[in-house]
Amino acid sequence: MTTRVPSLILGRLFIALVTLTIVSFAVFFATTLLPGDTATILLGQAATPEAIAGLRTAMHLDEPALLRFFYWIGGLFQGDLGTSYANHMPVATLIGGRLLNTLKLAGLTTLISVPLALTLGITAAMWRRTLYDRVVTIATIGIISVPEFVLATLAVLVFAVYLKWLPALSFTYQVDSFSGLLRAYAMPVITLTFGVSAQMIRMSRAAVIETLNTPYVEMALLKGASRPRLVLRHALPNALGPISNAVALSLSYLVGGVIIVETIFNYPGIAKLMVDAVSTRDLPLIQSCAMIFCVGYLILITAADIVAILSNPRLR
Amino acid sequence: MTNLVEIRDLTVEATTDSGRWIQILKGIDLDIAAGETVAFIGESGSGKTTAAMTLLGYARPGCRISGGTVRVDGHDMVTLSEKQRAALRGTVVAYVPQSAAAAFNPAATIMDQVIEVTRIHQLMPPDEARRRAVALFRALSLPNPDSIGDRYPHQVSGGQLQRLAAAMALIGDPKVVIFDEPTTALDVTTQVEVLRAFKAVTARRQIACVYVSHDLAVVAQIADRIMVLRNGAVQEIGSVDDILKRPTHPYTRELLHAFHPDTGGRVAAAAAFATDTAPLLEIKTLSAGYGPPQSNGQPLALAVKGVSLQVKRGTNLGIIGESGCGKSTLARAIAGILPACNGDIQFDGRELWHSARQRSREQLRDLQIVFQHADTALNPAKSIEDILGRPLTFYHGLRGKARDARIDALMDMVRLPRALRHRLPAELSGGQKQRVNFARALAAEPKLILCDEITSALDTVVASTIIDLLKELQRELGLSYVFISHDLSVIEAICDEIIVMYRGQAVETIIPSARQQPQHPYSKLLFSSVPKLDPTWLDTLDIDADRMRVA
Amino acid sequence: MKTHTSTGSLATWSGYRINPVGLVSFCVVLLWALVALFAPYIAPHSVGDMVDLDYFGPMRPGLWLGSDYLGRDMLSRIIYGTRYTVGISLAAVSIACFTGVVLGMTSAVLRGPVDMVVSRVLDAMNSIPSKLFGLMVVAAVGSSIPVLILTLSVIYVPGAYRFSRSLAVNIDTMDFIMVARIRGESLPYLIGSEILPNIVGPVLADLGLRFVFIVLLLSGLSFLGLGVQPPYADWGALVRENIGGLPFAAPAVIVPSLAIATLTISVNLLIDNLPQKIRDRSAS
Repeated sequence: MTTRVPSLILGRLFIALVTLTIVSFAVFFATTLLPGDTATILLGQAATPEAIAGLRTAMHLDEPALLRFFYWIGGLFQGDLGTSYANHMPVATLIGGRLLNTLKLAGLTTLISVPLALTLGITAAMWRRTLYDRVVTIATIGIISVPEFVLATLAVLVFAVYLKWLPALSFTYQVDSFSGLLRAYAMPVITLTFGVSAQMIRMSRAAVIETLNTPYVEMALLKGASRPRLVLRHALPNALGPISNAVALSLSYLVGGVIIVETIFNYPGIAKLMVDAVSTRDLPLIQSCAMIFCVGYLILITAADIVAILSNPRLR
Repeated sequence: MTNLVEIRDLTVEATTDSGRWIQILKGIDLDIAAGETVAFIGESGSGKTTAAMTLLGYARPGCRISGGTVRVDGHDMVTLSEKQRAALRGTVVAYVPQSAAAAFNPAATIMDQVIEVTRIHQLMPPDEARRRAVALFRALSLPNPDSIGDRYPHQVSGGQLQRLAAAMALIGDPKVVIFDEPTTALDVTTQVEVLRAFKAVTARRQIACVYVSHDLAVVAQIADRIMVLRNGAVQEIGSVDDILKRPTHPYTRELLHAFHPDTGGRVAAAAAFATDTAPLLEIKTLSAGYGPPQSNGQPLALAVKGVSLQVKRGTNLGIIGESGCGKSTLARAIAGILPACNGDIQFDGRELWHSARQRSREQLRDLQIVFQHADTALNPAKSIEDILGRPLTFYHGLRGKARDARIDALMDMVRLPRALRHRLPAELSGGQKQRVNFARALAAEPKLILCDEITSALDTVVASTIIDLLKELQRELGLSYVFISHDLSVIEAICDEIIVMYRGQAVETIIPSARQQPQHPYSKLLFSSVPKLDPTWLDTLDIDADRMRVA
Repeated sequence: MKTHTSTGSLATWSGYRINPVGLVSFCVVLLWALVALFAPYIAPHSVGDMVDLDYFGPMRPGLWLGSDYLGRDMLSRIIYGTRYTVGISLAAVSIACFTGVVLGMTSAVLRGPVDMVVSRVLDAMNSIPSKLFGLMVVAAVGSSIPVLILTLSVIYVPGAYRFSRSLAVNIDTMDFIMVARIRGESLPYLIGSEILPNIVGPVLADLGLRFVFIVLLLSGLSFLGLGVQPPYADWGALVRENIGGLPFAAPAVIVPSLAIATLTISVNLLIDNLPQKIRDRSAS
């Protein structure tokens, strides 16, 4: 029995690797094979045909796509992310500090939303069909039905326009004090926390309710167990897999969320960098950012699956 | 206060999807004395489990106790608060569920769950509780009583789990224990062991029992009195002897009659059997299994190992065995659903491909299979008309009026009212659905029908009418059946020849009309484990010698 | 089934439980559908007309939802925006769900290598975050309405596939599918006639949810300036162009946000409160 767990996990990691290969393939081809000649874009419409041809050779653009794909992947493995078309700086330099900023934002959001959401989701399941549960459910439906930028807009309206606690759109001042830090991160984190938590509350509530409907929970009830005991002792250990899945899937919402939030609040993160790169059609930068997002997403999903395997008592 | 349990005018209601409440228990009165065992018997939907659960003050979600009193040991379970009820559950009244496999939490060890009652009610220190549990395991004749508690539920067998569930109920020294169909999911040979263990333990401790079951023979072994329920109302209450020998209610008689199926009428076929005609179906050393092929070309898990058999035209072959013996796999291999890995299938003088995909449409038509669960065998989204009409169009090209007429004829054949043809399967009763399931096979006009446990999901009375119908259709249409079942009485009622399967092999062939007795130790064990209506059967049964030899 | 429902519309209606929340959300969804259909007839002004001297004008008679950053009538712009938001999303969700459901049922029935390859590839596509995918396509080919529709549908095919495949796999284990298989039935019959009728309810509910996702993603892209391009504007683009009015809480920025919220919340609530067919057989 015990021998099955490592092989299942290895299998999951292998699948993640296969997925990553397919994804990198998709990212590369979506951005390079689609119409629009890179050399022309770089040199502008006025460039001479000779100049364009020269650049094409220099960039391996004349070679088969598959070969270019391998150049690109090979470069990624060596840490060579290419050179930005827009300002001719190494992509790695452009990304460096920005990635850290985004990770800070994501980490802070995770730190707040996971405990918050799990508490709300599990307690809502515990007191199902009460007023409390209904309020939580309706609020979460409301939040997940709304795009992130509307959440952000609302946050600005409430905290900046009406309450005047925080500045609306300017985030350019220095972070030199604790209150400054708080002010710099508050808006983006609040917005992201709402979105992420709503997802997580819904999914963890559903997972706990599902296990509460099983015969073994009924059996525990008929042994005289109290409601908290039913939830904590009998339902939760069995809902661990689905809940960890819910956490990971909700956190992957962050990937989409930061794109909007960084843009709105002008936050100097990697998503903002990528959106800017899109407007300048800076392909190497877009590719690298996209790969970073995809890898992050994949890590979350794979982690969720592995936790689900580890928490399955039948595999113990 | 003379009785341990006093139920007076108990009514329970269930809510429908439209939010209306309908009565599912209609005024029940019952007394149970200390140490007495009362059986609740009835078909599915009769309200027997619902009635038993009211002793715990519990109604399943969507149901509620709407009237009457249920006094257990002086407490009215109906009017108590949820907290007071919880205090009595496990200590005064305990419950043994139908499926122990589902009732054990997969994430906790067995011991933790067995002694949980003592923890919840703070009855004794954990060490003492564990010692008690081990003593109970021993009393219930569980193997390795000292260590079995350390395992997880999925690591022990179904029969053992069922006994562990009983230990879980008994640990808090309750005065009443409710057994909810505790042996229904078990094989007959296991059932005997479990019944014996239950009986011994509850008798020694003077515990009153409510034993919910649909099986009169099982109940006869264990109960003092029987309450017969139907549609939420009590039909009859009496001592075991009265109910078995002097039933007064027509429904009780019907139940008893279904227990003695008509085994006659096979004599004519037996004559045909003796004559030396060419077999309709002949199977030689057939093997089949599951999983990826190994180096020797055989699948990973071989479920059928070299079985040979013959079915003569117009006769029926029964295949009997317990769950996991390979009988259903054999049926699936014959039908070509699970291609056999070895052996030959000769049908009607021609060699059949192992896989149904390669067989001709004519061959597929001639050999039909009917599955156990009509619920899953009938497409819930299609009307009866469409279900029966499809094989007519597919095999015979019938359309329009001709098809309609044929559908009517088929419904007449299986005794279904024609008015049902526009209904959906969900709007039919279990017996009606099984008739449709069978009629669909008839629509193909086959020569042989494989019946895979087709009566197992049905109530006894309904099952016996289906068997009667099958016999009648055989006389009219000259069909042959291969009848797969774990239920000896069903097989004996309809088959000319019986093959006993054990661990993938056919261990013995028995011809009932020749009054042949089983010789192989496993067949002997299997045949003698089938409960009889005689209340002394279990106490006098001596099968341990056979069990030893089989093991 | 036919004779069952022909007992009169009254009986049919009484066979369903109508939920007030569901009814309200249905009305909201219907209202937006009508607005999208009849936009030219109900919009008081043309989309491009500058009718207000002031920009970010407040709500007042004649300009019921105020004016935008150029002094155009917000009500008319919202009404026309409905066409883009609802129309593009509807087209995309139809393509996505049709493709996903057909592929999903086929994989479930065929099993084996076909199922494995299709599942693996679509799962991999699913692990590209949707906004990112949108960004990449827009970066590569630029944004136009056909490109938007196609991109949005490609993004949501894997989800629709996964959902319908898991439903179909459950149905596929049922004995009636086995009966049909060994009757010798073809693949189109199996998926169209045996499986589809049993999953159509959940598939439609899923289509609704996916519609919400698409509306959200489309609005998000437009908000980033990568979706519907000027001079056209969907609701997301309306928020983008009027974001300057946020510091003074101008209706021009609040109203399109509300429009998105009402549509998506209503669709979600409608699905959560779909009328249940009553299986109340003891009554008859």
